[in-house]
Amino acid sequence: MKRFLTTLIFCAALAMPAFAVQPSEVLDDPVLEKRARDLSAGLRCMVCQNQSIDDSDAELARDLRVLVRERLVAGETDEQVIDYVVSRYGEFVLLRPRFSMRNAMLWATPAILLLLGGGALMIYASRRRRVAPSTLSDEEESRLRDILKGSE
Amino acid sequence: MIVETGHFALVLAFALALVQFAVPLVGARTGDARLMAVGGPAAVAGFALVVLSFFALTAAYVQSDFSVANVWENSHSLKPMLYKVTGVWGNHEGSMLLWVLILTFFGALVAWFSGNLPATLRANVLSIQGLIGAAFLLFIFATSNPFARINPAPIEGRDLNPILQDIGLAVHPPLLYLGYVGFSVCFSFAVAALIEGRIDAAWARWVRPWTLAAWIFLTGGIAMGSYWAYYELGWGGWWFWDPVENASFLPWLSGTALLHSAIVMEKRSALKIWTLLLAILTFSLSLLGTFLVRSGVLTSVHAFATDPSRGLFILAILVFFIGGSLSLFALRASSLTQGGLFQPISREGALVLNNLFLTTATATVLIGTLYPLLVEAVTGDKISVGAPFFNMTFVPLVVPLLLAVPFGPLLAWKRGDLAGVAQRLFGTAGGALLAVMIALFFIDGTGVLAALGIGLAVWLMLGAVTDLALKAGIGNVGARVAVRRFVGLPRSVFGTALAHFGLGITTLGIVAVISLEIEEIAVMRPGDTLTAAGYTLRFEEISPYRGPNYTEDQGRFVYFDAAGRRVGEIVSSKRLYTARQMPTTEAGIATRGFSQLYVSLGDPTADGGVVVRVWWKPLVLLIWLGGVVMMAGGTVSLLDRRLRIGAPAARRERVARPAEAAAE
Repeated sequence: MKRFLTTLIFCAALAMPAFAVQPSEVLDDPVLEKRARDLSAGLRCMVCQNQSIDDSDAELARDLRVLVRERLVAGETDEQVIDYVVSRYGEFVLLRPRFSMRNAMLWATPAILLLLGGGALMIYASRRRRVAPSTLSDEEESRLRDILKGSE
Repeated sequence: MIVETGHFALVLAFALALVQFAVPLVGARTGDARLMAVGGPAAVAGFALVVLSFFALTAAYVQSDFSVANVWENSHSLKPMLYKVTGVWGNHEGSMLLWVLILTFFGALVAWFSGNLPATLRANVLSIQGLIGAAFLLFIFATSNPFARINPAPIEGRDLNPILQDIGLAVHPPLLYLGYVGFSVCFSFAVAALIEGRIDAAWARWVRPWTLAAWIFLTGGIAMGSYWAYYELGWGGWWFWDPVENASFLPWLSGTALLHSAIVMEKRSALKIWTLLLAILTFSLSLLGTFLVRSGVLTSVHAFATDPSRGLFILAILVFFIGGSLSLFALRASSLTQGGLFQPISREGALVLNNLFLTTATATVLIGTLYPLLVEAVTGDKISVGAPFFNMTFVPLVVPLLLAVPFGPLLAWKRGDLAGVAQRLFGTAGGALLAVMIALFFIDGTGVLAALGIGLAVWLMLGAVTDLALKAGIGNVGARVAVRRFVGLPRSVFGTALAHFGLGITTLGIVAVISLEIEEIAVMRPGDTLTAAGYTLRFEEISPYRGPNYTEDQGRFVYFDAAGRRVGEIVSSKRLYTARQMPTTEAGIATRGFSQLYVSLGDPTADGGVVVRVWWKPLVLLIWLGGVVMMAGGTVSLLDRRLRIGAPAARRERVARPAEAAAE
């Protein structure tokens, strides 16, 4: 919860703490700036604990924010920017892991669990329904028939 | 001397915990009532000893006794008294002592309130509780002794981490631990039931209140922690999907499922397997959370020290308790008799669906939290799993569940009528649709998703109200009868409605902040103004201020409403804690209704200005208010009549009446 403390420790170590997204960094084009903010929210600050570069005030995060904006201004698409950043820093920089074989278990677990669990519950419910009516033994059935016959 | 007394008391508590584990267990096996009776007094005495030990450590902190290594590392003679006391658990060793204190507290509560439990069940529960206590006390002695001395004693302490010098530390960890550790009682009950191979209605009636109590505390702890992070952090985030947050959220999710299962078990004696498994799972997740936070394996802030011996020790405890309980479960689960039958479309069926979604959500958060560790252990690659992953997977799982919530309480037990319930929810759906329309057409800047989110929140809130109205018979019977019926509703019905209403409130807050938040960043000089969400903020001055153990630059702002009237003042500052030379940001927050204006001070610029970030956080307080309402719902439910009947007090009252008559 107090993960920003680590950031602060790092910031203290990196001398002057800067501040997340400086006014000087903001692009004039609001559409481009919006894209930059969205991209930044998905990129990890490499020296922080689980913090995006958009929120981090570390020096390195600032460099990365500026880099993303430069690339966007140069006319690159979002994917090109992300690919470039990943080629430089590795997949560690992505806060949302890519869909790949290595990450298959990560992405598939929720869906598989829901399907398996739902399927198991459905089978269980239908089996129970099928079993439930035939709980009387043959002997009981015949006795029941006798009783019903007697009441007629 | 006090410190040694505390140390000695803790050793004694360990010995007693072993007695509490072994003697009642043997007694329950051999049917010896005298051996079984040892459990209760042992639990109460163990609690008293840990209290003594905890007071000894607190005394060392209050007196700033720096000959105790733990005090020296985490305290300072100039620190305000409140933080001297809360600093006791603001570090690894002290927080583990708090953990054990709360564990023995729950053990003592079980001993006090379990007089009318079957003797063997009571003995087994206390025995398991003793075993957990012994394991954690051993952990404290082996790796994290808070009473270790240093010689010669230093003159001054190294001060408490500045981030932790906040009222939040007084409330958040104790609440969170009350929740975490409270689930140990459910775990002990589950294991005791498995040992006996028997699970009945009395068992369920006992487990539900404990689950409810732990759940209330955990809800409060998480909400409090979230609000603390929000105002302390300086950029107004309230949930980060941080591993440490997830560690507290996991037992909450499975605990919520456990709570709902326990209701079914109590009323219909169905879902026995679910309830047992969830009780084991929930406490296992609490243990896992303790492991993740305490071992430093995630190198997060809460890992106060990175010491592998600690991690391995807790991992061993984790493996022992989870492995042991699950093996026992595998051995015994099949022998449990099946409970009441029900159709898929029924209240039971709805709660099974609820369990399915909540456990899947738990698994999703769990795998997201652990996956980076797994990948690193297997391939050596480092990957990150952050907020975007959890938002993409958790939200789609939870939205269908939230949509289904109003249906649940309206369905009948055993065999429900889905079409009939849908018909009765017509008004609720209409209200939700109206909210979507209003959001789309009248609130500026709302996207379709945000409007649907608001509709979902209204659906939840109206659904809770509809549930109460229908159960009171409003519309079907006369007003007077309806009022009488409403007042006569069981408190657990009110509890359910309140908790679900709170869920709606939290949803509304989350949707509003995510979709309607406004952020402004600017360099400001004294006299400059900035406008956000109709409020104009004027920067007055920046001035130095000296606190007891810090210095700070205070930025003073005045803000005006749209009509230009002066509303109030906001003070936001940048602080430097002198002992650790650590800077922190103290955000200035002005509350307007449920919304907040959040001002955070950045660095001074070369030309004499200062960077200022201003956020308008619409309805942000609802996020935590919803949590408070959920807690209230839990409390009301805990006070339900059926959890109180059979208590000796009620009988005594009846006996007292003839005596009163005689006195007259």
